[in-house]
Amino acid sequence: MRTLRFLLQKEFRQIFRNTTILRMIIMVPIIQLLILPLAADYEIKNINVAIVDHDHSGMVQQLIGKISSSGYFHIADYNSSYDKTFTKFENDKADLILEIPQHFERNLVREDKQELFLAVNAINGIKATVGSSYLAGVIRDFNADLRLRYYPSLATANNPVIDVAPVNWYNPFLNYRFFMVPGILVVLVTMVGSYMCALNIVKEKEAGTIEQINVTPIKKFQFILGKLIPFWLIGIFVFSLGLWVIARFVYGIIPVGSILLLYSFLAVYLIALLGIGLLISTYSTTQQQAMSLAFFMVMIFMLMSGLFTPIDSMPGWAKWIAHASPVTYFIDVIRMVTLKGSGLTDIKNHFLIMGGFAVFFNGWAVLNYRKTS
Amino acid sequence: MPAVEISQLVKTYPVGKNKLTALDKISFDVNEGEIFGLIGPDGAGKTSLFRILTTLLIPDSGSAQVLGLDVVRDFREIRKKVGYMPGKFSLYQDLTVEENLNFFATVFGTTIKENKYLIEEIYVQIEPFKDRRAGKLSGGMKQKLALCCALIHKPSILFLDEPTTGVDTVSRKEFWEMLGRLKKQGITIMVSTPYMDEATLCERIALIQDAKIMSVDTPAQIIQQFPDPLFAIRGDQMGKLLKQLRQNPEVETCNAFGDYHHITLKDNSAGTQTRLIGQLEKENLHIKELKAITPTIEDCFIRLMPHNNQIQRS
Repeated sequence: MRTLRFLLQKEFRQIFRNTTILRMIIMVPIIQLLILPLAADYEIKNINVAIVDHDHSGMVQQLIGKISSSGYFHIADYNSSYDKTFTKFENDKADLILEIPQHFERNLVREDKQELFLAVNAINGIKATVGSSYLAGVIRDFNADLRLRYYPSLATANNPVIDVAPVNWYNPFLNYRFFMVPGILVVLVTMVGSYMCALNIVKEKEAGTIEQINVTPIKKFQFILGKLIPFWLIGIFVFSLGLWVIARFVYGIIPVGSILLLYSFLAVYLIALLGIGLLISTYSTTQQQAMSLAFFMVMIFMLMSGLFTPIDSMPGWAKWIAHASPVTYFIDVIRMVTLKGSGLTDIKNHFLIMGGFAVFFNGWAVLNYRKTS
Repeated sequence: MPAVEISQLVKTYPVGKNKLTALDKISFDVNEGEIFGLIGPDGAGKTSLFRILTTLLIPDSGSAQVLGLDVVRDFREIRKKVGYMPGKFSLYQDLTVEENLNFFATVFGTTIKENKYLIEEIYVQIEPFKDRRAGKLSGGMKQKLALCCALIHKPSILFLDEPTTGVDTVSRKEFWEMLGRLKKQGITIMVSTPYMDEATLCERIALIQDAKIMSVDTPAQIIQQFPDPLFAIRGDQMGKLLKQLRQNPEVETCNAFGDYHHITLKDNSAGTQTRLIGQLEKENLHIKELKAITPTIEDCFIRLMPHNNQIQRS
């Protein structure tokens, strides 16, 4: 126990003396949490619509007015030639082209039927789907207005209407930040935990200090604990900084569920994560190797974790990978607890699985870590 | 009981599909309380042997005992009793001198105060810099600090792997004086060096080359065993002289040694020297000096090396 205390004392001394690490511990969570949620914005705004108008009628003006007043669209071009407008498309100045045929108003009123042409620039898949469905919605709305105006009897009497009234539970205003910020917090803790821990141990290998440690009576578990405990504490510090300062004061996110539960899960999660860091360090001899390996693992864990894309929509094999990543479970838990207020019984399985990860990674790392080679 | 007993020790490293032999059936003993030198060039296997003796490496076969303890089985016990100073400076560069020393004292369950008498003489030299980070020390200071850290737990045996490599002549001399004083404290010292001139400062030496021990004895004995009379020769064109000497039928071995070339002759009868000078003068070489000398450890080392005639020294 005495030895461990001296090891920890030494470790903290080195960490606090390293200004780069200190800055990373404090600045990285703040900056990332301020910047990343803005970048990971799924709300599509400023969709550029180019309109090709062959009709020039009052109704078209009403439609354009409706489109531009929706707030999502920006009328990038108004033209009467499709070919001319298409160059806008090619130059990436327009995301959507809405072509209004000749006699749009006349045919619509007389024949009760008209077709519109919508071309979508699908380079950005999300913008394309979201944009075209928004626009289709606006047109549908416009259509309903028209029916009400020109065929009031039809609209009310003959059309049985199923009105769907959605309610957004847990995140009533569909604020994507409520969804993203806790997830990004997990990514932060993941990076700090795995990178820093792995790099720190490999640094001792590189500097040769591990040799000097190995000829002392320091035992294997003491050395490992001496490395894990500081980064466990740093992980908790980073998480707290993100949760209590940035998430609360910048994004107004206050966990609905139990804070204690969240921290208990964090504690287990960090053990699993530090196990990964330790494991990486046993397989690398230089910091460069450790960095590449850690980057590779964290990258996969992050992209497959359901942070950006829902796991349910992944193909079967990808789901397997997602479920083999501890990050997935923590993102799930943090969202459940902060947004939904889930209790221990709801995340019991997550706890068990995370405990399994902790035992697995640490066990593997310890087996692979040899004090005498 | 010898402080170190090594018998038939073998260590190989895999290099691709092949094996690189670092230690090839090495056997020798180090007596208690002596300064034992392991002399050999880089890559001879010195560091591998040190790492086995300090329990950092497991030998392929053979056995080694340090203080009567087996290096594989009793590694824990050995670690409490030995001091190791690796060839590469491996203390915490971001901790200060005092913090480093304190750390290594505490992990051995002791304090600086308790064993200060042992390192006193060395420590006074680095004490003015005790608040400086180890990484910012000069080479000589780093080496003194490393020695302090290896000594702070009062080890019974000290392993010093090339402690004087990259250290200036004055510091080297001081360092060896320090070792002499440590020996008086009863500490067995095993030291490796690539510098042949340091060999005579050891009580006994082992000459190691290409994973094999060539000879183990006192420096005086090793010198005495040099088989032939040795001559030093000096002329005005040393480069050409060396070439001519190597071609000359009278000369058995010839190696460049600073200002002189050291040669042994095939025929040691009286006339050979004059004959040799005559032959060389014919080649327009002016010989300034030819004298009989006592061999150094380096001469012995070169002599003992396999195919010694082909070795060219630059």
